[in-house]
Amino acid sequence: MSPDSDDRSALSWFLTGMRGMLSLPALILMTSIVGFSAFALESGLTRAEAVFMSFAIWALPAQVILVGTMASGANIAACFLAVTLSSIRMMPMVASVVPEMRTKRTPTWLLLILSHFVAITAWVFAITTLRNVPRQHRAVYFAGFGVTLTTSGTLVVAIFYGIAASFPPLIAGVLFFLTPVYFNASIWASAGQPVVKLAFVMGVILGPLLALVTPEFDVLYAGIGGGTVAYLIDRWRRKRRRAEKGGVR
Amino acid sequence: MIDEYWTFIVIIVAGFLATDIWRWLGVVAGNRLNEESEALYWVRAVATSLVMAVTAKLIVFPNGSLAESPLWLRLAAAGIGFAVFLATGRRVAVGVAVPMALLLAGLWWTGFGNR
Repeated sequence: MSPDSDDRSALSWFLTGMRGMLSLPALILMTSIVGFSAFALESGLTRAEAVFMSFAIWALPAQVILVGTMASGANIAACFLAVTLSSIRMMPMVASVVPEMRTKRTPTWLLLILSHFVAITAWVFAITTLRNVPRQHRAVYFAGFGVTLTTSGTLVVAIFYGIAASFPPLIAGVLFFLTPVYFNASIWASAGQPVVKLAFVMGVILGPLLALVTPEFDVLYAGIGGGTVAYLIDRWRRKRRRAEKGGVR
Repeated sequence: MIDEYWTFIVIIVAGFLATDIWRWLGVVAGNRLNEESEALYWVRAVATSLVMAVTAKLIVFPNGSLAESPLWLRLAAAGIGFAVFLATGRRVAVGVAVPMALLLAGLWWTGFGNR
């Protein structure tokens, strides 16, 4: 696949994108979605609600937060705030992929539709493989992967919702563990900048601690507080590095 | 009538719109957004802390049957698993398989689910 080979049709690139489903990250995502369907069931969502949520949101952290806030009886505004704050990360994720995916002629409406399929797994897929695809076929290539991944994930919720219900406690418990463990590894592995790693550590420490202090706003405080502290430490670190470089001269 | 569809309305407003607004803004920002801007550093940090707070809470305060398991076991499985993940080249497969195996072994050893 050299970037200047242009003899293949759009359909063939769509199918190549679909083949990304056979990769390890896609498989892990499918299994952690099995974990989500068990979580949704245990939190009181119906099968139809869980399936609809999976396709409509397509971001596991946002889904987990929405299920959690709904289960705690929060009103729709509080749910919206908690979910939207957790989804801010979508903006830089999408924004960093779009320049690589579009040509001058790619219509904005197409990118708006394709953006829905961007979540952690598809984003990692995009930043690692888009460069191997001729530019004019990148959008259709990503669509092949993204649409297939989201559709498969939604089908997994539909199929495993009932099966997860009859799982013995040992299996259900282990599957529940898959989601946090997958986020631990994949978010750390895809963290390019030190500020993300600092923020990772702050969130892991502050989340459970603040849950004990302010169970209603723990995630919000941990995000804004931990993220701001991480940002300030990182800015201080970058400034000091610049100052050291300046001192050598 | 409204009660029947209320959960779907919540999912559309507080789920779909709350999430896709950021995806659409990401498209709009597209080329214009400077990856090195200070504001983006902060936004990224806040978003990462937020997601990790949720993730850590799932381990410390899980829902469902995992809530019956001892906290030390979940912390040890996640902690040791993450350490192995860091030490072996940060492969996601390792970072998932090791803590899962440790949890499974620990649950089996403590007789989880048989009580």
